[in-house]
Amino acid sequence: MMLGYHLDLALRSFRRSPALTALMVLAIALGIGASMTTLTVFHVLSGDPIPGKSNRLFYVQLDANEPGAAPPGAEPLEQLTRFDAEALMREHRGERQVMMTGGSVAVQPAQADRPPFFASARYTTADFFPMFETPWRYGHGWEAADDTAAARVAVISHELNQKLFDGADSTGRLLRAGDHDLRIVGVLAPWRPVPHYYDLFAGRFAKTEQVFTPLSTALQVRLPIAGSLTCWGGRTTPDPRAVNAPCAWLQYWVQMPSAADAPALRQYLTAYSEQQRAAGRFERPSNVRLRNVTERMEFKRVVPGDVHLQLWLAFGFLLVCLTNTVGLLLAKSMRRAPEIAVRRALGATRRAIFGQFLVEAGSIGVVGGVLGLGLALLGLWGVRQNPASYAQLAYLDGPMLATTLGLALVASLAAGLLPAWRACQVTPALQLKSQ
Amino acid sequence: MMDIRPILSTLRRHKTAAALIVLEVALSCAIVSNALFLIGQRLERMQAPTGLAEAELLHIRLRDIAHHDNAEALTRRDLATLRALPGVKSATSVNHVPFGNGSSDSGVSLSSEQQTPTLTAALYLVGENALATLGLKLVEGRDFLPEEVQPDSALEAPEPKVPAVIVDRGTAARLFPDGSAIGRSLYVFGPSPMRVVGVVEHMAIPQPNGPRGEYLTLLPVQPSYDDGNYLVRVDPAQRDRLLKDAVAALQAVDSQRIVMERETFDDLRHEYFRQDRWMAALLVAVCIALLVVTAFGIVGLASFWVQQRTRMIGVRRALGASRMQILRYFQTENFLLTTIGIVLGMAAAYGVNALLMRLYELPQLPWVCLPIGAVTLWVLGQVAVLGPARRAAALPPVVVMRGA
Repeated sequence: MMLGYHLDLALRSFRRSPALTALMVLAIALGIGASMTTLTVFHVLSGDPIPGKSNRLFYVQLDANEPGAAPPGAEPLEQLTRFDAEALMREHRGERQVMMTGGSVAVQPAQADRPPFFASARYTTADFFPMFETPWRYGHGWEAADDTAAARVAVISHELNQKLFDGADSTGRLLRAGDHDLRIVGVLAPWRPVPHYYDLFAGRFAKTEQVFTPLSTALQVRLPIAGSLTCWGGRTTPDPRAVNAPCAWLQYWVQMPSAADAPALRQYLTAYSEQQRAAGRFERPSNVRLRNVTERMEFKRVVPGDVHLQLWLAFGFLLVCLTNTVGLLLAKSMRRAPEIAVRRALGATRRAIFGQFLVEAGSIGVVGGVLGLGLALLGLWGVRQNPASYAQLAYLDGPMLATTLGLALVASLAAGLLPAWRACQVTPALQLKSQ
Repeated sequence: MMDIRPILSTLRRHKTAAALIVLEVALSCAIVSNALFLIGQRLERMQAPTGLAEAELLHIRLRDIAHHDNAEALTRRDLATLRALPGVKSATSVNHVPFGNGSSDSGVSLSSEQQTPTLTAALYLVGENALATLGLKLVEGRDFLPEEVQPDSALEAPEPKVPAVIVDRGTAARLFPDGSAIGRSLYVFGPSPMRVVGVVEHMAIPQPNGPRGEYLTLLPVQPSYDDGNYLVRVDPAQRDRLLKDAVAALQAVDSQRIVMERETFDDLRHEYFRQDRWMAALLVAVCIALLVVTAFGIVGLASFWVQQRTRMIGVRRALGASRMQILRYFQTENFLLTTIGIVLGMAAAYGVNALLMRLYELPQLPWVCLPIGAVTLWVLGQVAVLGPARRAAALPPVVVMRGA
C-alpha cells in the first residue's frame, strides 16, 4: 500500500526535476556498469575449474636442486625431474596420478592440398582424462599399458577433429604428427577449463591442447617439447629430457580419495625425499610442497594483476558515483523541506518520510541498475575486443546478472540513507513558519 | 579574499553538503593521480628503446615439419639466400628476439668456483653479422670475429667452450663496477672462461615486461633455424615487399618447414604491447568518466546552494555587491572546498599507492602526478561551478527580495 504511494510520490518528484534525476540515474549506471564489467571478468577468471575435486587434486613439488641453489626451505623447484616423476608414478600412491609436459606437433592433413600446421600438444599419461574429467565426443583415453609400451596413440580435441575430419568419428584413423603416425583413440567434446589450471606454464588462460599423446611416445619419437626447463649441476646437459638428467621439467598431479588425505600424501613424499637423500640424489633438506588446485591458483596468482587493478579502479569509480548520488539526493531532499513539512503537518510520521525517500533512492537504483546492466554488457563486449588470452571468456552469467541488480539496489539505498534521514528530521513548524 | 570569512560561516551551516563535495573531490583526486601514474608507467614501458634498428628489421621464424639432420647446413644456406636478396643489408640468426615468445636465462659468475652466480642474465645466442644486422652500437672493444662464431651444436658438449662474449653497458657496469669489462672473464657453462670482447650501448632483454631483470650476454653461437629466428636488416622503404620475398626465398630453399612467424619488427613491438595500450586506454576512459561525474556532482550541489541562498544573494546585491562579487563568492567557495578535497585526496593517493605497492609490486607514486591531479581538479571545480555561479550573479536583486 505504502510502497505504491511512495512510488507515485517518487515519480512526481522525478518529473519535477528530470535533469537532476537523470544525472543520478546516469551516475549509478556508470558506476554499476564499470564495476560489474570488471567483477564479471574477475569472477570468470577466478572460478573453480573443477568443482568437487579442487581440494583433492594435488600438485607435487620436491626439492631436487643442488645445495647452493637457494636457501634451505625456500620454495622448491616448480617441476619434477623425470627420474622422480617416473618413480612416483611406479609407486602409485594416489587414486590417480599423472606426469606431463606440453609441446607442439606438426600435423600434416591427409588431404594433399591442405598445408601442414603446428598443433599444441600435451604429453601425459593415461590417468589425465579421468583425473581432469575431460568430456568425450568419440572413443576414450588410452590405457596405462599404452604408456608402458609407448604406443603410437593420440586423443585429439574437438576443434582439431573439425579441422581434419570435419567432425566425423575419427577414432581408429591416423594422425600424421611430424614423420610419425598416431592412431586416434578418442576425440574430446569441446572443453576449455578456465584457468588452464593443470599446466599454468602453458599460459594461465591457454586454450586446451589439440593433441594428447603418451609422454613415453613423445619422448621416443622426439616430438617437440615446450615449457619451462630448469637444469643444474654447473655444466650443460646434452639431453635434458633423459631419465637421469639433472633437469626439472615435468608436472606431477595426484588425485586422493579426499582432501583429508593430504597429510598422508605429504608424509609419503617426505619419506621419498629422505630416501633420495640417503641415496645421494637429493642434496638439500627434504622440502615437499603439496598444493591443491585452489591453493595452487592462489599461489601462482592466476588472476592477472591488470584485472585486479581494473577491479579496484572500477570500485573506486563506483564510490565516487555514489558520493555524487548522495550529494544530489541530499540537495533534492533539502530543497523539498517545505513539502515534507506539509506532509508531516498533515500527519505523516517520520518513518513514512524516511520510507518515501528510501523508495525514491531505491527506484533510482533500480533504473540505474538496469541501465548499468546494459553498460556492463557493452563493457564486456569491449573486454572481449581486448588482446589478452582471457578476454574472450568474459561473459555475464545468471549469478552475475542478479549481483548487478542487487548491487545497484543496495548501493542506491545506501546512498539514500543520509538524505532520507535528513529529510525525516525536518521540523514542520519551523518550515511552515518560514514560508 | 575578503570573501573568505562569510564563506566559512556559510559552509559551517552546510557541513554535510560541503563534506560531500570535499569527499568526492578527494576520491577523484586519489584515483586520478594513481591512474595517471599507471598510464605514465605503461607509456614509458611502451616507448623503451630496444637498441635495435627496429625500422629496418624483419623477423621470420621457421619450424621443421619432421626432424632434419642437416639443420646447420640448411641454416647457412638460408642466411646466404637472404643476404643475396636485393635490398637486404644483412641477415643473422638469433635464439630469441626482443618481444618474441621465449627467453633463456642463465646464471653468470665471475669465477669458476663461485657457488651462487653474480647475476642472472638473458642469454642471446647470435650468429654471424649479428651486431651489424641488429644495429647494436658498440661503445667499447670489438665485434665477434667470423672465426669465433660456432654452430649451436657446440653447446651440447659436456663443457662447451665459448671464448668470446659481448655484454651491454648495464650488465658490464654491474659485473665490473671497478673499470672496463674488456678482457675480463665470465663463466656461464662450467669451468671454461668466456672473455668479454665488446660492450654495446644497450639492448633490451627478450621479455622486457616479464619478471626477469635487465642483464644480458651475447654469445657467438649461431642457432639453427629450428631453434632460432632470422632477423633481416633491409631498406625500410621496401620492407613489406622484402618480407614476402624473404619468406618465398626460404620456402624455396626447403619447403618442408612451416613459417611460424613473419613480420616487421615494428609489428612485433606493436603486438607485444597490445595489452599495455589497452590498459592505458581503459585508464584514460575511466579518468574521463570520473571527472565528468565529479563535475556534474559539483554542478548539482552548487545549483542547489544558489537556489537555497537566493535571499542572501538578493540582500547582498541590494546592499551594493556587484555581480562580479557574487560570482567570485561562489568561485572562492568552490576553490576552498576543492583545495581541502585535493589535500585529503593527495594523502589518499599515497595510501592507495602504498596498498598497490604492497599488492602488485608497483613502484612509488612519483610526486609529479600530484600537481597534475590537483590542477586538473581545481580547473574542473572552477569550470563546474561557473554555470551555477553565473546564474546566481545574474539574479536581479529586486526580484529576489520580492520573490522570497
